[in-house]
Amino acid sequence: MDQILGNISLLFEFPVVNMKIIVDGLMIGALFALAAYGLALVWGVMNVKNLAQGDFVMAGGYIAWWLEKQGLPALLGVPAAFIVLWGFGWVVYKLVISRVIERDLFTSLLATFGLAIMMAQILNLLFGSDTQSVQLEYDTLYFIDGFVDIPIAKLIGVLMAAVLATGVIIFMKVSRMGQAIRATSQDSRAARVLGIDTEKVYAFTFSLNSAICGAAGAIIVMVWVIQPFYGITYSIRAFVIVTAAGLGNLPGVIAAGLGIGVAEQYGAHIFGIGYQQAIAVLLLLLVLLVRLLQQRQMRQSLQ
Amino acid sequence: MKTLTALGVCLTGAFLLYSPIGNAMDCEELTLGSAISLTGKYATNGVHAKNGYEFAIQKIKEHGGVKIGDKCYNFKVIYYDDESKGDRGATLAERLINQDKVQYMLGPYSSGLTKAIAPVTEKYQIPMVEAEGASRSLFAQGYRYLFAVLSTSEQYLASAVTLAAEKAKEMGKDPSEVKVAVAVENDPFSLDIRAGVFEDARKLGMQTVIDEKLPRDLSDMSAILTKVKLLKPDLLIVSGHSKGAATAVRQISEQKIDVPMIAITHCEAADVVGNFGAAANDILCSTQWAETLTYEDPIFGTAANYEKEFKAAFPEYAEKTVPYQTAQASAAVYVYKDAFERAGSLDKEAVRDAIAETDMSTFYGNIKFSTAGNNIAKPMVLRQIQDGEYNVVAPSEFASHKVNWPRKPQ
Repeated sequence: MDQILGNISLLFEFPVVNMKIIVDGLMIGALFALAAYGLALVWGVMNVKNLAQGDFVMAGGYIAWWLEKQGLPALLGVPAAFIVLWGFGWVVYKLVISRVIERDLFTSLLATFGLAIMMAQILNLLFGSDTQSVQLEYDTLYFIDGFVDIPIAKLIGVLMAAVLATGVIIFMKVSRMGQAIRATSQDSRAARVLGIDTEKVYAFTFSLNSAICGAAGAIIVMVWVIQPFYGITYSIRAFVIVTAAGLGNLPGVIAAGLGIGVAEQYGAHIFGIGYQQAIAVLLLLLVLLVRLLQQRQMRQSLQ
Repeated sequence: MKTLTALGVCLTGAFLLYSPIGNAMDCEELTLGSAISLTGKYATNGVHAKNGYEFAIQKIKEHGGVKIGDKCYNFKVIYYDDESKGDRGATLAERLINQDKVQYMLGPYSSGLTKAIAPVTEKYQIPMVEAEGASRSLFAQGYRYLFAVLSTSEQYLASAVTLAAEKAKEMGKDPSEVKVAVAVENDPFSLDIRAGVFEDARKLGMQTVIDEKLPRDLSDMSAILTKVKLLKPDLLIVSGHSKGAATAVRQISEQKIDVPMIAITHCEAADVVGNFGAAANDILCSTQWAETLTYEDPIFGTAANYEKEFKAAFPEYAEKTVPYQTAQASAAVYVYKDAFERAGSLDKEAVRDAIAETDMSTFYGNIKFSTAGNNIAKPMVLRQIQDGEYNVVAPSEFASHKVNWPRKPQ
C-alpha cells in the first residue's frame, strides 16, 4: 500500500512523469490498436472470433526478423510481412475458416484456438524459443531534460501503423471491395442477393486482417521483442479493445487502443508492472458492466 | 566371393566382441531416463541440456565407459519430450519408471519441470541427478533422491550486492547508503533471486527503493525505468529470463538510464551483445559456469577444453559460446559415472548413497551435495560485458578482469 501511495505521489512530485507515461502509452496503444483493428474487421464482417490473432502478429514479426538477418533493410520487413501474411491468411481461410464460418460460435473458436497452438509451435520449431528483436540504428529523441524519450525507431513504427490504419479506413470507404465488405457485414444474405460474392469478400477480409497483423508484428519486432508464445498477449489486448470499442467501429478501435495503452502505463506505474495486463482486463469488465446496464435500461423502456 | 566377405565381416565382428575389456564395444548398456523440453517454450535450453548429456555420454564412452566391478557399461538415455509442461513431465517420469523400468533419472530443464518430476522420482525412490533446476525451494522439501549439480538461484545475483558494497566502501561511503532497485519476474526462479539479493542487502543495511514483479509476457518495462530515473538507485537488478534481459538492455539504453551498477540474468540466452551491441556494455551478468574458469577433470580436461571439444562434436555451436546449461548437463552425467564406480554395484540404494557422498572436481566446478541435495561447493560467477566480451569480474578469486564502475549510460 505504501508503495502504491509513494508511486502516486511521484506523479505529483514530478509532473513530467505523466508526460512520459502518456507518450509511452500512446505508442504502445497504437500497436495494440493495429492488431485489434484486424480483429474488428473479421469479427464484424464474418462473425469469426479469431483466437490466433496474436500468433499472426508473431508470424509477421518473425518474417521481418528473418529478412533482416538475411541482410535486407529492417523497414522493408513491414511491407514484406504484410504481403506474406496476406497469402498465409488466404490459405488459412480456404483451409480452415471457410469450413467453420457457417457453424456455431464454438466451432470457430475451437478452430482458431487450434490454429493458434499450431502456429506458435511451428514458429518455435522454425525459429527456436529465444526472444528475438531487430535493432534499428536510429537515435533517440529526448525532450524535457531527457525525461521523455522517443526512440526514432518507435516513432517510425507508430507512423507506419497510422498510415496503415488510415489506408484501411479510406479503402473501406472508397473502394468497391470496401463497400462490398461493409455491405456483407451489414447483412450477408442481402449482399448475396444483390450479387456480391460473399465468399470472395470473406477471403479478402480474412487475408487483410492477417496482413495487418503481419505488419503490426514487423513493427513490434523493431520496438519490442517477439517470442513464439507471445501471441496470446496480443490476442487478449485485441479482444479487450474490440469489445470495448464495439464491432465494426474502426475509429472507436483506434481510440480504445490508445486509451488502453495509456491506462496500462498508468496502472503499471501505480500498482507495479505485474498488474499491467490486469488493468486491461479490469477495463474490459467495466465496459461490459456499463454496456449491460445500458441494455437493461433499454429493455425496460421497451416493455 | 560374397560369402567370403560375409564370413570375414562376421569374424571381425566376433573378434571385436571378444577383445579385452576397456574397449567401448563390449560394454553393456546402462539406461538412464529423462523427460526434457524438446518443444514448447523451454525448447532452446532443453536441447542445450540434451546435447550436454549426449556429449558427456560420448566422452565417458571414449574413456572406457563406467566400470562397475569387473564389468563396464555405457550410458544410454531414454528421452521423452515434456513439451515444457509440468503435468506432462510428471506423466512421462511415471512412464519412464513404470514402463521403461528406468532406475536412474537425469533432470529436465527448468525449476518448474524439476518441481513437477521430483515428487514422482521420490515416490518410486529413483535417484535423479538434475542440472537445470536451480530454485531454492526444490531443496526445502526434504527430498532424499534429488541431487543438483548447479548453484541454487538465490546465489545468482547476490554477489552483485557484495560488489556494490565493496565499491561503496572504496568511495568512502557506508554500504547502508547504497540504494537497491529490484525488478524480477513473478516465477519461483526469479523470486529466489530476489530473496537472495534482499537477504544480502538487508545484512548490509541497504535500502530498497524499487521492488517490482515483472509479468510473464513482459515486452515493455519503461514504467519501472522511469521510476529508476526518479529514485536514482545505485544498483539495479533485473531477472526475467531472456525476454527480461532483452527488454531491459534495450530500454535501459533508450531511456539513457544512469545507474552505476546493473546486474541481470540470461544475458547469453538473450544474446544481448549480438542483438544490442554497445548498449549492453558494462552490464553484469550472472552465470553458473564460464569457459575461462580454471576448473579441470580427467574426462573433459579444462573448462576451455570442454568448450573446444563440445564445439567440435556439435558444429551448430561453432559461432556462439557454449551455454552453461550444456556444461552442467554434462556434469550431471559425470556425477553418475563417479557414483556408480564408487558404489561398485547397480543397487539403487547403494548408488543413491554414493551420489550423496560425491566430492569431486570437474571442469564445471567442484561438486559436493548438502543433505538437501544442492551443490554447495561451486560459487556463482559474475561476468561483465566489456566491449562486447564477457569477462569474469567476481568473485575476486576467479576474476580475470577488473569491474568497470560506475557504469555510464550507453
